[in-house]
Amino acid sequence: MNAIEVRNVHKVYRRYGRRKSFGTLKSALLSGGLARELKGDATFEALRGVSFDVAAGKTCGIVGRNGSGKSTMLKLIAGIGKPTAGDVRVVGRLSALIELGAGFHPEISGRDNVFINGMMLGLSKREIAQRFDQIVAFAGLQDFIDAPVKTYSSGMYMRLGFSVAINVDPEILLVDEVLAVGDESFTHKCLDKFAEFKRRGKTVLLVTHMLDLVTRFCDEALWLDDGRIRQHGDPKRVVDAYLLDVAAQEDRSLTPTRATATESATVDMSTAAEGRWGSREAEIIDVSFLRRDGTAAHVFESGEPVDIRMHVRAHQPLSDFVFGVGIFSAEGVCCYGTNTAIEGAEPGEFAGDAEVGFHFESLGLVSGSYRIDVAIHRRNGAPYDYHRQLYTIRVTSTLKDTGIFRPPHHWTFSSGIRISGL
Amino acid sequence: MLHSLRQLLRHRALIQSLVARELKARYRGSVLGIVWSFLNPLLLLLIYTFVFSVVLPASRSGQIEHFPLFMFCGILPWAWFSSSLLESASVLIASGGLLRKVLFPAEVLPIVTVLAGLVHFCLGLPILLAFILYYRVAITTDIFWLPLIVAEQLLLTLGLALLVSSLTVHFRDLRDLLGNVLTLAFFATPIVYPLSQAPEWSRRLLVLNPFTHLAVSYQEVLFDERPFTDWMRVAVMAGVSLAVFAIGYFVFDRLRDTFAEEV
Repeated sequence: MNAIEVRNVHKVYRRYGRRKSFGTLKSALLSGGLARELKGDATFEALRGVSFDVAAGKTCGIVGRNGSGKSTMLKLIAGIGKPTAGDVRVVGRLSALIELGAGFHPEISGRDNVFINGMMLGLSKREIAQRFDQIVAFAGLQDFIDAPVKTYSSGMYMRLGFSVAINVDPEILLVDEVLAVGDESFTHKCLDKFAEFKRRGKTVLLVTHMLDLVTRFCDEALWLDDGRIRQHGDPKRVVDAYLLDVAAQEDRSLTPTRATATESATVDMSTAAEGRWGSREAEIIDVSFLRRDGTAAHVFESGEPVDIRMHVRAHQPLSDFVFGVGIFSAEGVCCYGTNTAIEGAEPGEFAGDAEVGFHFESLGLVSGSYRIDVAIHRRNGAPYDYHRQLYTIRVTSTLKDTGIFRPPHHWTFSSGIRISGL
Repeated sequence: MLHSLRQLLRHRALIQSLVARELKARYRGSVLGIVWSFLNPLLLLLIYTFVFSVVLPASRSGQIEHFPLFMFCGILPWAWFSSSLLESASVLIASGGLLRKVLFPAEVLPIVTVLAGLVHFCLGLPILLAFILYYRVAITTDIFWLPLIVAEQLLLTLGLALLVSSLTVHFRDLRDLLGNVLTLAFFATPIVYPLSQAPEWSRRLLVLNPFTHLAVSYQEVLFDERPFTDWMRVAVMAGVSLAVFAIGYFVFDRLRDTFAEEV
């Protein structure tokens, strides 16, 4: 049996200035439906024909970029909005964690707010009274429950809102990115509560950007993109496909604007921000980052081999030259720097156009953005052409290890410890 | 519409709690607290008494005995009526966050506004009673008509509040317009003058104002010592109030789905 059925749902929002409204009051009242009234106006289609089912007892995660229609979808399922076209069917009592504590009145006590909020979510007074202690305990607000809500910290406010909503004991729970509130221990409590929901065979629909939550917790995942379903199915597969797509898009946006790299007069390398300087007897004309298969990219998996390829040109034959490369973290920490002189190379001759390659056997960095320096200079350090942090690469990783550097490593365990998954 | 009304009935506990919250929250932090509910109509009365007895003593109203009591019979219900409508005009917009994020019947909000006004009105009644005793006006069995008149006013106010609140979401100018319309309506209602003393030509217009009949009924029941015989007026007003309520609810129900996007 399906708990949620969505059939070919479209949702069109109008984009109009505040002044633009109905043609006439009469037509507004007679038509009721607004969409017809406003054909021809600037509209924004948040959902373009979405269909899916969520079987009762399943946990489904919805992923997608900002503005892809996730929250709109959730609101339509919650019944807060009506689809412009198509049908949404929901079977069972539903509670929506879309905004926590919406409807709390700041001037009155937490206790009164719990009752009113609970009733708004569909509980009777008696049901709330029965669950009251549980609600307060879950939020951890026993000492503050009689204080006006305006004295609460934002975390307390959210916790109370979450606690009320989750204790409504719905058959279907809609969650919109609310786990980001609260501290670690509260997040764990929430996850435990979700796990309990799952065990008890409730249906959960989860909108989140915490992708590991989707792969760990959900039975299926739905990837919305630009108001359409891109993929629906096994969470691991959907999340991976989504990540690949995000990486591809970042790749396009990170492609540097080399032509605009400005020439800067300062040569103080320790304080210089990004820029380009040097005497230009030799020049770095082009820099590209290549994957193992030779395709250019700006997003790399941690541990992947990377090839930095420089197209260089000497305007006159040179006998004093050094090629250098440096990698900086987003915070500006130098992760690694080297050049041909440090590594003991003796310059011979450099004339005309040439290519220089720098090969990482394995890019041993944790996930993050990194800036790259490339340079040609004399042995005494005087630069011919210095590109300071003009290039950015992104390193991605499925692991959440920390630091900067990921050395090749493995774990060993003697007998007495049984562990799996490594 | 009937379905929505049934839904609404299921939310009566919520409405009740929200009214209680409204009353609690309104005076939270003020020194006099709930005393303001008594003080506000009293101060209003003082101002009108001053204007019509001291500043403008020549006005015809001077001919009425116990003129302050006469005015109070109209001002008290009017204060409920006008404040409810003014607040309903912004109640949906002010609760936009709620309408966008939580599924619950939006009509609860204007209804709560009107009911909170009713509570304030009822708190003003003891003061009115004190005035009646002070002026030694006889309290007759006419007073049993009072609940019926209050009920009619409640229906009328609810209907208009639903209408105003839902339309303001789409036509925000209504909010400013309403304030002026209500000022006009106040003087177009026999509150600070008796209907019988209005010029003949204007009386024909005044009877078109539904609140005229409510005000006259209040005056006849509470102020006029003669036995109440004007049941025809009450009966017609019952029909009018019901019709206004039905229209208000119909319009609100029609526009309901648009609130989440427009507020």
